[in-house]
Amino acid sequence: MNDFSPARNPIALAEIAPAISARGLVKTFGEVRAVDGIDLDVPRGMIFAILGPNGAGKTTLMRMLATLSRPDAGSATVMGHDIVQAPHEVRAAIAMTGQFASLDEDLTGRENLVLLARLWGFRGRAAKSRANDLLAAFGLSEAATRQVKDYSGGMRRRLDIAASLIITPGVLFLDEPTTGLDPNARKDVWGMIRGLADSGVTILLTTQYLEEADQLAARIAVIDHGRKIAEGTSRELKAATGSGFLHVAIADPARLDEAAGILERRLQHPVQRSTEGAQLSVMAGAAKAANEALAELVASGIDLSDFSMGQPSLDEVFFALTGQPGSADSHEDARI
Amino acid sequence: MSDATSLGRLPKVARPASPSALSNALVFGWRAVLKFKHVPEQLFDLVMTPIMFTLLFTFVFGGALAGSPAEYLQFFLPGILVQTVVFNAVYSGMGLSTDLGKGLFDRFRSLPIWSLSPFAGLMVGDILRHLIAASIILTIGLILGYRPEAGFFGVLAAFALLIAIGFGVGWIFIVLGLLIRTPMTVMTIGFTFIFPLVFASNIMVDPATMPDWLRAFVDVNPVSLMTTALRGLMGGGATLGQVALALIAPVALTAILAPTTLWLYLRR
Repeated sequence: MNDFSPARNPIALAEIAPAISARGLVKTFGEVRAVDGIDLDVPRGMIFAILGPNGAGKTTLMRMLATLSRPDAGSATVMGHDIVQAPHEVRAAIAMTGQFASLDEDLTGRENLVLLARLWGFRGRAAKSRANDLLAAFGLSEAATRQVKDYSGGMRRRLDIAASLIITPGVLFLDEPTTGLDPNARKDVWGMIRGLADSGVTILLTTQYLEEADQLAARIAVIDHGRKIAEGTSRELKAATGSGFLHVAIADPARLDEAAGILERRLQHPVQRSTEGAQLSVMAGAAKAANEALAELVASGIDLSDFSMGQPSLDEVFFALTGQPGSADSHEDARI
Repeated sequence: MSDATSLGRLPKVARPASPSALSNALVFGWRAVLKFKHVPEQLFDLVMTPIMFTLLFTFVFGGALAGSPAEYLQFFLPGILVQTVVFNAVYSGMGLSTDLGKGLFDRFRSLPIWSLSPFAGLMVGDILRHLIAASIILTIGLILGYRPEAGFFGVLAAFALLIAIGFGVGWIFIVLGLLIRTPMTVMTIGFTFIFPLVFASNIMVDPATMPDWLRAFVDVNPVSLMTTALRGLMGGGATLGQVALALIAPVALTAILAPTTLWLYLRR
């Protein structure tokens, strides 16, 4: 039985290796350490999110894993293949949809897909038939003969993802798949990503939307300044930040500063302000402390339009971990 | 949403056998052909300048420069073909710079294909563009009265030389396209170098009347060497030596810049 153990059989090892395994990846651009020693383990079949603000190093990390950029230090395997030693094998096992639509705008939707299908080795009629299947599955049949430059943002994104599915990849890299999309198109793309994961594709996505990571990913790695500062399930990340979060909405926005001052002094934790509306969130710890803080607000004549105790949102987790709020868009999402 | 996404409708397919490098390159060549279909105006850009040059120099300056417009056209037409091919190369550099800026090449690079095939495809597109543009210019020349004394095979040999020139010069702009992010800058830098080479040559006039210092340059200018060989091939009387001199620059450019292209592309 031991003869079949993966350690003795390199082929079996490649078959059961995790989808992604990275150790100490580093990429520097001049003085800037864009990725500064990141470890990553993504099991097969999982949706894994890399969450971080602009410039955190998310895209650079993904480009290294997709063999588009060589690491300066560290190592990684994707579907069991080394990204530096065996880039061709890695490329045969992955697909990547970049942040900016990687399509030929002058060509029609169908021509883009036929082009890629031919590059994968489909010939003549087979290439066309694969392109048509993809167009149908992504609701683009009607737009098949239109040039991509006339597509809407959502249609482009769908075509872009379709272009990554000519061959069902082992790992699909999605760099900020919903950036710049309207809420409907975003939900649409989310549905697509879930559908792909259900069919067994491992998905590594980067996002600056906390809501997106929360909604889609089984595990989340939070990245800032090229380093991984936390990793876990959305629930674990929230639990690690602390459970007793007090959320209050102030009736008179003019008194927001005053209210924040009281909460901060009372509860001894930094207060996070929502970007819109007079909302404040702060870690409270015990319910008693929260009660006392609320009592002092009322005693100072500050009317509350709403208050609640609960789990922190990923926004608050992110704030606690990085010391900066998540992107403005994510606040809107969190309200849905 | 007119028709909704449903991945359930996507059939599973078996992975086809890995295609050959040649097949990859031809697919990129096909992409270049599709561009002609969808962006025919690029061809208009390519041929309008040389057509205007031909008409302007032949009818406005031709009589003064060579005694009569007809005589001048006979001298000028092979030169304008060289100019057309050299200028056209600038546009393909711009196209590459545009592609790279849009992330399209990231997708190509993440595919298991021969690394250089996108460039081989660009070259196929360039060669087609050169052939189409040169044919249009030649046709207009024939209508205006130009006659290639060397006949059909002379013209064929001349076109083969033009392709070699376009291939060699093309590398300059592929390298510029890889190095420079903005297509407009590629064009500006391209023309900054190309203009002196094209105008300080024997394309428009016989260098006999130029000052010595300029003539010294014009005589060794690769564009002059190309033009001399092309005149010889089309007009008859080309020597092997002339053709060899014309090929020095394209061969040297390819030998130096093709490996540079690969290196730049892979380290991006």
